[in-house]
Amino acid sequence: MISFLVRRILIGVLVLWLITVLVFAMFFIAPSNVAQTLGGRNATPQTIALIQQRLGLDQPIPVQYGKFLWNAVRGDLGYDYYHGVAVTSIIGDAIPKTASLAIGAAIIWLVLGVFNGVTSAVRPRSIVDRGLTAFSLFFYSMPTFLLGLLLLYFLFFRLTVGGFAWFPAGGYVNLGDDPAGWVRALILPWLTLALVSAATYTRLTRASMLEVLGEDYVRTARSKGISERRVVYRHGLRSALTPVVTQFGIDLGTLVGGAAVTESVFGIDGIGRTALTAINQQDLPVIVGIVIFASACVVAANLLVDLAYAWLDPRVRLS
Amino acid sequence: MTQTGVAVVASEPGPAVPSVAPIAGRSPWRLAWERLRRDRVAMVSMVIIVIIFLLAILAPLVASFTGHDPDAQFRKTGLTPDGLPRGPSGEFWLGTDDLGRDLFVRIIYGARISLLVGVVATVITIVVGVLVGLAAGYYGGIIDILLARAVDVVLSLPFILFAVSLVSITGPSLWIAIVVIALFSWASVARIVRGQVLSIREKEYVEAARSLGSSDARIMLLDVLPNVLAPVIVYTTLLIPIVIGTEATLSFLGLGVPPPTPTWGGILSDSTAFYRVAWWYVVFPGTALLITTLSFNLFGDGVRDAFDPRADRL
Repeated sequence: MISFLVRRILIGVLVLWLITVLVFAMFFIAPSNVAQTLGGRNATPQTIALIQQRLGLDQPIPVQYGKFLWNAVRGDLGYDYYHGVAVTSIIGDAIPKTASLAIGAAIIWLVLGVFNGVTSAVRPRSIVDRGLTAFSLFFYSMPTFLLGLLLLYFLFFRLTVGGFAWFPAGGYVNLGDDPAGWVRALILPWLTLALVSAATYTRLTRASMLEVLGEDYVRTARSKGISERRVVYRHGLRSALTPVVTQFGIDLGTLVGGAAVTESVFGIDGIGRTALTAINQQDLPVIVGIVIFASACVVAANLLVDLAYAWLDPRVRLS
Repeated sequence: MTQTGVAVVASEPGPAVPSVAPIAGRSPWRLAWERLRRDRVAMVSMVIIVIIFLLAILAPLVASFTGHDPDAQFRKTGLTPDGLPRGPSGEFWLGTDDLGRDLFVRIIYGARISLLVGVVATVITIVVGVLVGLAAGYYGGIIDILLARAVDVVLSLPFILFAVSLVSITGPSLWIAIVVIALFSWASVARIVRGQVLSIREKEYVEAARSLGSSDARIMLLDVLPNVLAPVIVYTTLLIPIVIGTEATLSFLGLGVPPPTPTWGGILSDSTAFYRVAWWYVVFPGTALLITTLSFNLFGDGVRDAFDPRADRL
């Protein structure tokens, strides 16, 4: 188990290192006119050279990379070009927003997906199964931004015009300041993310559940006279959930950067939207910092999933 | 999936059973097609997909019925006196956008971009993914390790952020959109193909081919590849709608094909400022996008069921 763990962690670190190289190469080798932008239209060549020197952009790329990596290892991702704020604190400010969005959405899609999946699997090919299938596929086919726009149009705009101002158009309210406002502001973004993802979970749960319900031990449980409900939820669902948990871990990791579209539709300044803004402003330290942070989350999530898997299923450790 | 096209025709019908028709062998491809044809949902989706393709290809012809050019701005007839978009009418079937352009014409022209990117990016993705997966699975060893790490890296990258950054460096264009999408999608194909190849390369017929002196390239392309095609085809049909959605997302973020070329994502992006006064501006292009991805998904599900009838359908 220890050697498995060490190997997985080493691979994770290696992948992360490759990503820093890739990200760095991409942004710092590409021609950039950030100094020009910062200096303004009337900047003299001397001013621009000075700005480049201050930002460290005049040094050779490998030197810049070495410095960046050395600082990053010590938890320092540099400072943004415009206000000199530490990238780590920019990320720190954005985390609660993305976390609120991601965790709320994840709870909704997990409950919805697993419940629908089980309901479908208990009566395969019934009307209910087909209905849920159609429901899932409908939302699965919808790009996130489109669902966001449609929810905004119908649930924010139409309802508000109709006199039911239940949901605001977006923004973010601190959980600590106003818990009810926090929920209200996040309901539409939660639904947007959750409905699109729930479909995958319905599919996964249904397939895995159908397989498990055909197993001998489920038949044994039934023949003991246990209620069907107990058979399905206690005996069946328990082992059917393994692939769901795997997917869930990976999805949560991906969501750190992947919620960017939802965040920008609803104007939430989470990790993703902050990165999009930084990209528009060519704020390299922020872009690089966030891309690496988001990748690290994916790598960490994969690692945790692998560990959970190895813990649940001893055969994995040997392979 | 076994080897294809082995016709089990009774070569010498014995004299005892002369009247029995020879049993015609049906290849797995044939069987899959026959199952697919009986799948009503998949067939309806296929018809819709064909119609969308026809609308896209014949866009100039269809647009000529309205007499409107996709980029023409009808500032007098296409905008209200306040300068706002006009709703659907006999003149503008699906209304106009905020510049007084005909939405119907722009939507059918937008289908060209969606389908072009959808098909081309998917084909590139599949070709790269299959080649990488074949090489990694077949050769194993150091090649496999290197390729597997590359796959890990690509799958760990935050796709949207990376795509946006890349486009911000190169500037948006049709080809950049295609390349960016392919760049981030080949890895999952490679992973699937590699898994399949790992089991196939141990098969006797691969051994036989090798002992006959076939080259590695020949074995990979003629013996291994045909046997991984079924999952690849299934994956391809399910990848197209994802790619179409991604292209729309990129265009929505202003990083797809630059304006004034009409794209669905671009139209929807423009509509965000006007949806309060012009519902048609968001609903019609959104519906076009949704019908397209939904049809491809339903068709793809049908294809999967057709190739693997045991798989439980969803």
